[in-house]
Amino acid sequence: MDALLLAEQGLNGLQLGVMLFLMAAGLTLVFGIMDLINLAHGSFYMVGAYLTAALVPVLGNFPLALVAAVLLTALIGLAVEAVALRTLYRRDHLDQVLATFGLILFFNELVKIVFGPVPIFLNPPAALAGTVDLFGLKYPAFRLTILAVGIAVAVFLWLLIAKTRLGMLIRAGATNREMVMALGVDVRLLFGLVFALGCGLAGLAGAMAGPVLAVQVGMGEQILILTFVVIVIGGIGSIRGALVGALLVGIVDTMGRALLPSAFRMVMDAASANAAGAALASMAIYVLMAVVLAIKPKGLFPAA
Amino acid sequence: MKRILLAATALSLCASSVSAAETLKIGLVTTLSGPGAVVGADIRDGFALAVEHAGGKLGGLDTQVIEADDQQKPDVAVGLANRMTERERVQFVTGIIWSNLALAMVPTLAASKTFFISPNAGTAQLAGAQCNPYFFNVSWPVDTVAEAAGQAAQTQGFKRVYAMAPNYPSGKDVVAGFKRGFKGEIVGEAFTPFGQLDYAAEIAQVKAAKPDALFIFYPGGMGINFIKQYDQAGLLTQIPLVGPGFSFDQDILGAVGDAAIGIKNPLQWSPDLDNAENKRFVEGFKTKFGRIPSFYAAQSYDAAKLIDGAVKAVGGDLKDKDRLRKALESAPFDSVRGRFRFNTNHYPIQNYYQREVVRDETGALTNRLTGIVFTDHADVHAQNCPLK
Repeated sequence: MDALLLAEQGLNGLQLGVMLFLMAAGLTLVFGIMDLINLAHGSFYMVGAYLTAALVPVLGNFPLALVAAVLLTALIGLAVEAVALRTLYRRDHLDQVLATFGLILFFNELVKIVFGPVPIFLNPPAALAGTVDLFGLKYPAFRLTILAVGIAVAVFLWLLIAKTRLGMLIRAGATNREMVMALGVDVRLLFGLVFALGCGLAGLAGAMAGPVLAVQVGMGEQILILTFVVIVIGGIGSIRGALVGALLVGIVDTMGRALLPSAFRMVMDAASANAAGAALASMAIYVLMAVVLAIKPKGLFPAA
Repeated sequence: MKRILLAATALSLCASSVSAAETLKIGLVTTLSGPGAVVGADIRDGFALAVEHAGGKLGGLDTQVIEADDQQKPDVAVGLANRMTERERVQFVTGIIWSNLALAMVPTLAASKTFFISPNAGTAQLAGAQCNPYFFNVSWPVDTVAEAAGQAAQTQGFKRVYAMAPNYPSGKDVVAGFKRGFKGEIVGEAFTPFGQLDYAAEIAQVKAAKPDALFIFYPGGMGINFIKQYDQAGLLTQIPLVGPGFSFDQDILGAVGDAAIGIKNPLQWSPDLDNAENKRFVEGFKTKFGRIPSFYAAQSYDAAKLIDGAVKAVGGDLKDKDRLRKALESAPFDSVRGRFRFNTNHYPIQNYYQREVVRDETGALTNRLTGIVFTDHADVHAQNCPLK
């Protein structure tokens, strides 16, 4: 394997990691601060993708459709929090899992009723549809855009959490919720905002993933499992953990799929190398999770 | 008390046997929820259209179609097989899309002597040593279509081909079938986890291997993911895609868009096949449902017509199972794909055509015939089937 190919696979790994980070950031915030296990996080990802696909032909412009879709997803999140989730904060995690699983079924059926069961069309904007020449490496422009958006979101979240009053409350809430309540902070408002932020991030992930992946009913559940792996590795409730965990998972998964089959071919025949390589590559991230948990049971960057 | 109960049972038995003689009951078990529901909708609608074309009476009998959602889960499918045989007492079960579900249902259906007409699920296992007197397939063994794709790639003049498929039984079958038809060099293969979302790593490997063509088998959402990403990597024009028609049909073309145009994909059917049955089917489907039918709908339509023809041939007598089976084996119906007959393993002997994705006059993406790959082709598994 030459250096160029290795560089390309590295970029692929980073890009997958960034995509997972967009999902994981929202999930980990909601879990860390509100102590709510939200299985329906993937549904907001799906809603973001569908709204973007529906708005592009209406607004005639991808970035505009994306912003509108993210805001709408956040609003939907706000409504869901007020209607369905507010009563669940005091219940135990099993009740939350049950209720948010119900939300998954609800959103899947709703999207099917509104948009139909057939996957719908969403392509990158024309300017980003082709490839970019990076020192002789032709790389898809839209994947570079995902990378850039992910980095921008990471910086935005860092500024929000480290430099603003809201961020201070979020950090305080994650560390000791009872004390924050006792100090007179409007926790109901704080939770609503955090949940809307998480949903907006999931919507953004969906909008950015839409042009690369199939926009179809159930697309949220496919990525949700990977997202949970990321936040478990990173440490639940920690944005920094989500970033590191997402990049680790992205790179390990990509490199595993790229390198393992050819590595096995050095010691065995092609057919069994392909089979063994594929099997091990699909396990790689779970092995990573097991190793991390064995060494640091609370993840790499535990929040509290 | 006991006597009343006995009398009631006798009465109900009597009633059910009378109704069974008058009504043809068919269990349509298919996927109506989740991502697979796209295909399930076409299976259901294709079947409904055939019943409508027969005036609501398949084989001249009052026809009752009992729909059920298998959720694409084998355990649910087995539960439904029990329900269909024990509670609904159907004479036929059809609708099944997925091989793993079909395999799970065969024992239950065969034990109760219920005929199982698969409109799609076409595992090689049921075509070979595990063939079953009560199982009929109106589609293909999945690897035989891949064999046609291999032969087609050969004809297109490709020498070095890279092969990719999901890592599950049908994925392995398909790649093996492709190798049977393609005589050139396989420069690499990759089996990806079932349901994988991002193919960037594999696409980079393909690009580095510089093959003449890339063979893929990615049905459903996986196909949409793959083709979009392959297009965005700028490879569609450099390394053409080849593969069986499953990955390039009506269920995904709308979501893939222009990227799919020009891809060659062999299959046993195409919407523009020129015969009276097919014209009636395609036009009827477009009028009734407002969309172009997929090959799934065409196969389900054929499944209904097979039942129709066989029941007619036995004069509506659903009791004599051996006679009904003989009638089914003779395939007494006009298929939308033209010439159709059953091999000894109850799988079709049929033509396989080369197709190409185009934009039709209304602007919709669909497939057009461009040639024929195999004429009157039988699969290689029939020789292992003990049925005669």
